[in-house]
Amino acid sequence: MKILVCISNVPDTTSKINFTEGDTKFDTNGVQFVINPNDEFGLTRAMWFKEKQGATVHVVTVGGQQTEPTIRKALAIGADEAIRVNAEPKDGFFVAQQLAEVVKNGDYDLVIAGRESIDYNGGMVPGILATLLDMNFVNTCIGLEIDGSNATAIREIDGGKEKITTSLPLIIGGQKGLVEESDLRIPNMRGIMMARKKALNVVEPVDATPLTHDQKFEKPAAKGPVKLVDAGNVGELVELLHNEAKVI
Amino acid sequence: MSVLVYTESLKGKFKKNAFEVASYAHKVAQELGTTVTAVAFNASDDASLGNYGVSKVLKVSDESLATFNAKAYADTLAQAAKAEGAKVIILSSSADTKFLAPILTAKLTAGYVPNVVEAPESTSPFVVKRTAFSNKGFAFTEISSEIKIIGVSNNAFGVMENNVSASVEDFNPSLNDNVFSVKSAEVDRVTGKVTIADADIVVSGGRGLKGPENWGMVEELADVLGAATACSKPVSDMGWRPHSEHVGQTGKPVASNLYIAIGISGAIQHLAGVSSSKVKVVINNDPEAPFFKAADYGIVGDAFEVVPELIEKLKEFKAQNA
Ligand SMILES: Cc1cc2nc3c(=O)[nH]c(=O)nc-3n(C[C@H](O)[C@H](O)[C@H](O)COP(=O)(O)OP(=O)(O)OC[C@H]3O[C@@H](n4cnc5c(N)ncnc54)[C@H](O)[C@@H]3O)c2cc1C
Repeated sequence: MKILVCISNVPDTTSKINFTEGDTKFDTNGVQFVINPNDEFGLTRAMWFKEKQGATVHVVTVGGQQTEPTIRKALAIGADEAIRVNAEPKDGFFVAQQLAEVVKNGDYDLVIAGRESIDYNGGMVPGILATLLDMNFVNTCIGLEIDGSNATAIREIDGGKEKITTSLPLIIGGQKGLVEESDLRIPNMRGIMMARKKALNVVEPVDATPLTHDQKFEKPAAKGPVKLVDAGNVGELVELLHNEAKVI
Repeated sequence: MSVLVYTESLKGKFKKNAFEVASYAHKVAQELGTTVTAVAFNASDDASLGNYGVSKVLKVSDESLATFNAKAYADTLAQAAKAEGAKVIILSSSADTKFLAPILTAKLTAGYVPNVVEAPESTSPFVVKRTAFSNKGFAFTEISSEIKIIGVSNNAFGVMENNVSASVEDFNPSLNDNVFSVKSAEVDRVTGKVTIADADIVVSGGRGLKGPENWGMVEELADVLGAATACSKPVSDMGWRPHSEHVGQTGKPVASNLYIAIGISGAIQHLAGVSSSKVKVVINNDPEAPFFKAADYGIVGDAFEVVPELIEKLKEFKAQNA
């Protein structure tokens, strides 16, 4: 089985978010970039398929050269090869079109992407990719088993979960649940050394037109101070929620 | 040329978000000088959508679509959009809709913007305001394709009544067999409990509650309020509560009217996921907990004393206002 894990290079979850150039660009100054958390759960599941079922695991990102430390980290965790499509991601449709080319050329059986990237929160890349390639698709995937060419996936739905049966070739939008938090791996020295020797193939983008464009950004309005209620007077909170906030 | 809206139902009944997206579609249609057409699958009360500004309902009645199927539903919506000549399609933010939206996008080569929080800022060019960076910012996004797809954030626009009379027409999509190559084998949905996605009120517990055995009071508080229960990430990682209750940047987003955080410190990743809630209340014994900076109301105190007291006071309040 040949697996491709799509990795988005995103600001660390603790990052302060600021904008620059007249609020038209995200300010990367001082920001630490990491593997998108949803993708990291997927990568870890892919490592399980590698170790238990002999799968080959490639990782891909669409991004400039500055994304290479993130993709090297995926190699250090254990992926066999990496691909970087040398283009700034313009929107979800653009990224999916780039990935479609990579998937076609690499003949992958399983593509694992994340439910969404935590930067632009588009949540559309895996679904567009699957549709462009006419592959099966399962979103918000929290469990995946592969047996030959058959796949059983668990999907998170509002208020529960759904068991889905399908077959390879398959694309999933994954998230926590694919593996547990405690299964995530921190690259060790040996992994980091080996990653330096693994192939990181840079490919040029195909022509693709984005369909959306972020004109400008804005930070949420500053919040007023909290109204404190004395612990000995809990009734006042009920009062406030009813008469002032009008939410009960 | 109408504005198309996908109105979701569960077991034949429209979901609350169906009325919200219909209200949003009506607003867009007014701005474009056109009307709203809804697509409804196996719903029993199609004409009720007229109360929220829908003029025409395309009624799909098909037993094979009784269970949600992303590909088949997206195919149906694409065919409906073509039949209606729709240039704008309005969707919700439910898990099912976020599953079908990208499929629809690719089928129609239509720009899709999810997590939209307001009526379009302008319709020419077409610009919408949405959350980005997990609620740490907003983006004003222009959609340049001919067909535009908007995913409305839960509980952001609200439900608005606009009485029009809705005509109901049968709509029979022609579906290829291969849409069923992704098959639902089993649906396991809690019944009789509000879900985090649909709840007006969410009561959430953190590591400050010490252990799973202490969740009785959280559930009781939720019960009194008709609320859904949620938790912070470590609480689900330690198995005190199911993963489905994990809210925050890497869990479920919360956009309720009221969010009550008990024994939750208010880490940046937690706040990112719950900050769309309109009113936030924190109960924490540490006055320095960061959640106090993000909350509207707070009580500095021991949850094990404050919460039972709050339950009593709410019961009294409910009895008086019954
Ligand atoms: C990549 C990444 C993603 C993450 N995503 C998420 C996410 O999606 N959601 C999320 O929640 N977290 C997330 N986190 C974790 C986050 O950083 C915090 O660790 C977590 O939110 C803390 O949970 P907590 O508030 O329950 O626990 P703590 O931070 O331990 O806080 C417990 C609080 O309870 C209070 N307390 C203790 N005893 C009492 C008492 N008797 N009465 C009242 N209060 C009491 C304490 O004062 C404290 O403030 C993420 C972290 C990373 C690195």
